[in-house]
Amino acid sequence: MEMICKHVWARISEYIDQSVPSEVREDIERHLEHCELCSAVLDSTRNILVLTADNRTFELPVGFSKRLHERLAKELGSEEELKK
Amino acid sequence: MNATTGAALQRNEAELIARILSGEKELFHDLIRPYERMLYLTAFSVVKNETDAEECAQDAVVNAYRNLAKFRGDSKFSTWLVTIVVNEARQKLRKTKRAKEESLDEAMEGEEGEYTPMPLTDWREIPSEALERKELREVLRKAVEELPDIYRQVFTLRDLQEMNVADTAKALGVNENIVKVRLHRARMMLQKNLAPYLKKTTAPERKGFWGRMPWR
Repeated sequence: MEMICKHVWARISEYIDQSVPSEVREDIERHLEHCELCSAVLDSTRNILVLTADNRTFELPVGFSKRLHERLAKELGSEEELKK
Repeated sequence: MNATTGAALQRNEAELIARILSGEKELFHDLIRPYERMLYLTAFSVVKNETDAEECAQDAVVNAYRNLAKFRGDSKFSTWLVTIVVNEARQKLRKTKRAKEESLDEAMEGEEGEYTPMPLTDWREIPSEALERKELREVLRKAVEELPDIYRQVFTLRDLQEMNVADTAKALGVNENIVKVRLHRARMMLQKNLAPYLKKTTAPERKGFWGRMPWR
């Protein structure tokens, strides 16, 4: 079945996750072959997902790990204190 | 993570947990080490504030330690931990206000349509090296932070932390279909908000779709 752009857009997220049924997948791919608009939408979405998921985009605050383990050490230590 | 390393990790964790519970409690440091980033990002997706997110992450770790004996191996340790941090963050948020925004978000959920992407005719891939630019990182972060709360939370777990649909649903206390719908909307919103900017600032000028239509 020939898909229109709007229907492809509605399925883009599932298509990226490879969770569309195979027959729908084929319809989408047939559409993408000739539609530069949907191809660009798909490429830009994928690209944006790669960029946002990069560890450099969301960085942990400086010293986060150190403070976390210090807090945990304190918790482990205080338990020890209680036992005494 | 593929299935084999996933299973190996789970076995490894089960062993660590057993040792911690039998007294080698210092090993808890090692148990949570792989999840530091996950703890922080998850908390941040709820509270949207660095200081609060860090506090929630710490509280969650302490809480997880105190309740470790209650962890049942029927779910993954990571899912259990993420559920704890989500709850910590939600409690913190409740304390600090904002029931109002939350209900606005919920109201939006029923709306159909309008979750369409920005139409483009060509896309020149932006390589990861471009992330060396601070400005680009800021633009990406801001776009994610500006997503409505319920969409940002799903996006953070699914796309930033690569959690699967089932675990995301479990951690957030919603069904899998809601996870899929929210993720789709989050991605479309990001594409719509970011694509025009990224195209303009990072790709060389090229005649676009509208440029080829003389009547416009």
